[in-house]
Formats: sequence, structure tokens, C-alpha cells
Amino acid sequence: MSASRPRTLFDKIWDSHVVERLPDGTCILYIDRHLVHEVTSPQAFEGLRMAGRPVRRPDCTLAVADHNIPTVGSRIPSDIKEEDSRIQVETLEKNVKEFGIPYIPILDVRQGIVHIIGPELGISLPGTTLVCGDSHTSTHGALGALAFGIGTSEVEHVLATQTLLQNPAKNMRIDVTGTLGFGCSAKDIVLAIIGKITTAGGTGHVIEYTGDAIRALDMAGRMTVSNMSIEAGARAGLIAPDQTTFDYVKGREFAPKGEAFEQAVAYWKTLPTDPGAHFDTLVSISTADIAPMVTWGTTPGAVIPVTGVVPNPDDEPDEGKRTQLRRMVEYMAVTPGQRMTDLAVDVVFIGSCTNGRIEDIRAAAAVAKGRKVAAGVQALVVPGSGLVKRQAEQEGLDRILLEAGFEWRDPCCSMCLGMNPDKLTPGQRCASTSNRNFEGRQGPNGRTHLVSPAMAAAAAVTGRFADVRQLV
Amino acid sequence: MDKFTTLTAVAAPMPMQNIDTDKIIPARFLKTIKRSGLGVHLFDPLRFGPDGKEKPDFILNQEPYRKAQVIIAHENFGCGSSREHAPWALLDFGIRCIIAPDFADIFYNNSFKNGILPVRLPRAVCDQLIEDSKLGGNARVTVDLERQVVVRPNGEEIHFEIDPFRKHSLLNGLDDIGQTLQHAPSIDTYETKTRQSQPWMPSTAA
Repeated sequence: MSASRPRTLFDKIWDSHVVERLPDGTCILYIDRHLVHEVTSPQAFEGLRMAGRPVRRPDCTLAVADHNIPTVGSRIPSDIKEEDSRIQVETLEKNVKEFGIPYIPILDVRQGIVHIIGPELGISLPGTTLVCGDSHTSTHGALGALAFGIGTSEVEHVLATQTLLQNPAKNMRIDVTGTLGFGCSAKDIVLAIIGKITTAGGTGHVIEYTGDAIRALDMAGRMTVSNMSIEAGARAGLIAPDQTTFDYVKGREFAPKGEAFEQAVAYWKTLPTDPGAHFDTLVSISTADIAPMVTWGTTPGAVIPVTGVVPNPDDEPDEGKRTQLRRMVEYMAVTPGQRMTDLAVDVVFIGSCTNGRIEDIRAAAAVAKGRKVAAGVQALVVPGSGLVKRQAEQEGLDRILLEAGFEWRDPCCSMCLGMNPDKLTPGQRCASTSNRNFEGRQGPNGRTHLVSPAMAAAAAVTGRFADVRQLV
Repeated sequence: MDKFTTLTAVAAPMPMQNIDTDKIIPARFLKTIKRSGLGVHLFDPLRFGPDGKEKPDFILNQEPYRKAQVIIAHENFGCGSSREHAPWALLDFGIRCIIAPDFADIFYNNSFKNGILPVRLPRAVCDQLIEDSKLGGNARVTVDLERQVVVRPNGEEIHFEIDPFRKHSLLNGLDDIGQTLQHAPSIDTYETKTRQSQPWMPSTAA
């Protein structure tokens, strides 16, 4: 491979991490950062134990429990009421001790959702490879890291070898141009993208997000976009590191300091895609086509502007798709032609690795301020980490939200997937800032509509989906 | 990991797109520290009603598909989560092969690690195989990995692509970790080189 060939950001990170290219083209790819949580790791540690293998690089690994943790009451692991949840958390604590892996305990203020705390603590860095047994690892691509989710067998593989067997992905560029409209956020950008390219549009690709609308986003917004790359079917998302990235990383606990930081920045500045580099697939989207978005169905691609109406499955020419659309209409208990703003909600969930950062809580509080949660609506705010929670409390956001009738919880993945007690009951309709609206995702027979934090807060105070632009 | 060589079995038709990992195995069943025993929860929301009783119209609740070892589906099978519990549940139920037009990347990877062969074939071919599979126990499909063919009940052979490394591992039931560790000297060299070129890279151990 010629060094002078123009390369994409993905190509550069990939090339610099190939340990060895096997005869058939499969690469042994070095992994710089491995984040571990309690749900997808127990069987990996058990595999190591059975084979008598140590963890190769505990100093490149960080563990935290985030999926099973209660958001109210005692957070001491032995107090977790659901036995299976407690065993998973206790198993992680036992494994990190046995294998000597750095661990952030639940009672540590830095505990939180793995994809919130990686960037927040400066573990996730530009130009690195980062993996975790969790599909939303794509989040960390916002910093210009090649970050992707892996299964438990691969978790074990990384623990044992600090590498993965991988084949290169295709390059996709999604260019988002223009100025984001009033009341719109990064969540609306990524929902609009998935609506356009579909949930399989990114399969086999790593997506690099470019364009002035992406450049203008703060790091939290970039993380929201990159987070949902997996919902477009992509292996990972990437955003080229720039001054916004460097300013974000500087001074974080695990980030390089002083001279080392300057050296790192000099390297990071070489990473952005070269002019003329080849992309296999090009997509462009204008902010003029992005409004506050709401999903109406049970895939993230089933998304429309809040001003829109539920589509009619009969208009779909493909039989398979038509069948799926009919199933979605039935499951979601909506009717073709129905306006989204006529749909009442039972629950509002603000949190998750998609939208659990301080900027998201500020956006929700701005809408909630001086208003009340509508009668009969339960509204949860679950900060993504202990540090996010502390920051929000220092800013008085918890008071604003509590006075409006929201519940102010402790950090966890929570109602994004309901592995802790926070879940929907059958038939409940939820405006959620999370990432998946699959059937049963937030609880058996629950109905999930994905929205931005501001739109979720708007739904909470009006009791139905509402155009947030009329509230701010 | 069990080898995969050839399989002749009943195939269950599931002509749906986007069969996501929450359908294959909902999050509430991920609270296990074992790989085994998840088959009883496979496709829980499709297979069982709110009362826990089997839904008679679901294909895997019908004979002869209760013993199916192959699933034939539509696009984007396995989309969503990275949970390896999805292939664990499929395997525990007895599924060794899934045929679909395409798969979500992580699920595709995870399948190979567990001795499950995901086969990509064009939609029209999948639809043909779905029609075949509706004939039930009288219409077994054969999947021959060595020759890279799916054999229809009428004897017609359909070629499929698979990358050679994965094929080799699956045919021989090889463990990836063992194979990678044979390259440990290369990993050592890589680490020495990057320690020099990126001295600023911090440790995760505070």
C-alpha cells in the first residue's frame, strides 16, 4: 500500500493498528482501549479461566457496571434486589479483582454508562482503536477513535491478546450541510440520517460524518450522532478530530498531560481524511430537511418530523416491507394518517448513552423550566454518569426538573433497555431519548418513540408529542 | 466450538426483515453469567404470549419446525445489540445455520464464533428456499460448507460466498484466540514499536 495514496480517517487508524495481515486478507488489529461491563463479560472471563489465560494488557482496560444498577435507593451491589442482576455485578467485581483490571466502583462519583464515562474521563482518545461488548461503542467515534461493539467471544479475544481478527470495512461519508434549524439537535440529525439511509444502509461500512453542521456540533452532539451509527447498520461512526475535540480532551483525568498532550495533538492533527481519499459510498443531507424528529414504528428508520403523520403501509410497493409496516402500526397502536402530535404519552425517559450528557439535561431543563409534567405522565431523568449528575446539581438543573415534576435518578442504562427495574409496562407509550425502539426494548409490549431531550421534555409537559419549537 | 461441515435439516421460514436482537432474545434474559440454557427464551416475544403460553401461529411452535436447525429470513437479520446471547440462544435451541440476504455485522461475526454458519444469498433465492421450507419435514435443505453450496430439496445447488479464514475455522472448529496467540511475537513487536512512536499514550490504571 503506497503511503502517498490519499487516505480516509478510517484508513489511517486502521493502517496504524494492523499487527499482521494474514494470507487471506484478515488482519490482526491492535486494540488500544477495551471497556468492559457486567452484562457481556462474565462468559469471557470464564473462558480465560478455563484456558488458564491471563489478561494481556489490564492497563489498556477499564471496567464499570452500568446496565443492572438501580437508579433509586441503595447502590451497594449486595443490596441489588434482583438476584440475577446482583450476581452479574458481583461477578464483574470478582473478575476485575482476579484479573487485575482497573475498575470504577458503583459508589464512585465517576461511575456511569460506559459510553458516557469513556470520553468524560479521557479514556477515549482520537486515533485509537476502542472496543466494548456493547453495540453503542460507536459513540466514541465522535472523538475520532475507531470504536465498535463486539460480542463476548471477541471480548475474551481482546482480553487474551489485545487484538481482534478483522476485515477492513468500506468507507462511507455522510455530509451534513447547513445550519441546524431552531429547536433541532444532534439527535434530529442522526434520526433524519437513519430515516434516509435505512437501518441497514451502513452495513459493512464505517461512516465518517462531515460537513459544517457536524463541525458546528459540540462533543456531546457529535457523540449522539456517532452513537446511533449502529442503528444505521454501520460498524462504527467517525468524526475527524479538530480544535473542539482537543479542547474537550485536554485536562481529563486519563488524557495525556503537558508535553505528552502537545505530542498527542500533533499526531491527532495528521488524522483527518486526505483530500481526494476514496469513499465507497457518499450520502449528503441538508439541515433544511431536518426538523424535530419522532420515530413512529419499531425500527429507528421509521422516523418522521413531529409535524408529520403516520404513513400508510398500503402505499409501500414491496410486500415484505408492507408486512413489516403493518406489524409496526399494529404494535405501536397508531393509525395511518394520524398526526404525531395527537399521540399521548405515558412515560418520558431522558438519559442513556445517546442522550445522558450534561448538555442533554440542560436542553431538557430549558423546556421544563416553569412548566409541569402533564397529569398521568411519569417522567424520568437519568444522568449518564455520577459526574454528569453532580454537574447538573451544581447548575441547579435537578431543582428545575424536580419542581416541574420529573424524577431525578442515579446513573445507569436504565429504561433504555430495562435491565434494572426501570421499564415500561405492557401497552405504555414512551417518549425516549434512547436509541432503539424495537418491540419490547423498554419492557415487554412497551411502545417506544425516539426523540431528542428537548422533544422528550416537551412531551412530558404537554402529555403528548409536541413540536418543541412552539415551547422554546 | 463445534465444527460445521455439512448439515441436512428442516429449515424454518421466517420471511421478515430486521429480525433484531431484542426479538431474538430480550434484554431481561441477558442477566446470566453462562452461555448455555438460553434456547428456552429464543424469540420469546414472537414465540410466547403474555401468559407464557406458546403462540400456535409462530413457526418454531409448529411441527416439524420445532426441530429446525436452519432459519431462512429476509434482510438485516440480527440487527441491534452486540449481545452474543443471540447466537447462544439460537445454538441452544438447535439452530446451526441462518440464510438471509444480509446480516448485521456484529451478529454475523458472533455467529461464526459459536459454530453457526450465516449464509448470504440474494433475496429471490431466499424466497425460493422459504417456499421449499414450507413443505416441512419432506423438504430438508442441505448446507455443505466445504463445497460452499446450499442444496434445495429438488437437488439444485446454490453457491454461496464466505471468507476463507472463517470457513477454515468453522470447518475445523478452531478457537480464534488459540490461532491469534500463535502470532504473539508480532503483537510484542507492535507494542514495542508503538511505545516508541506514541510515548504519550496513557494507561487506564490511575
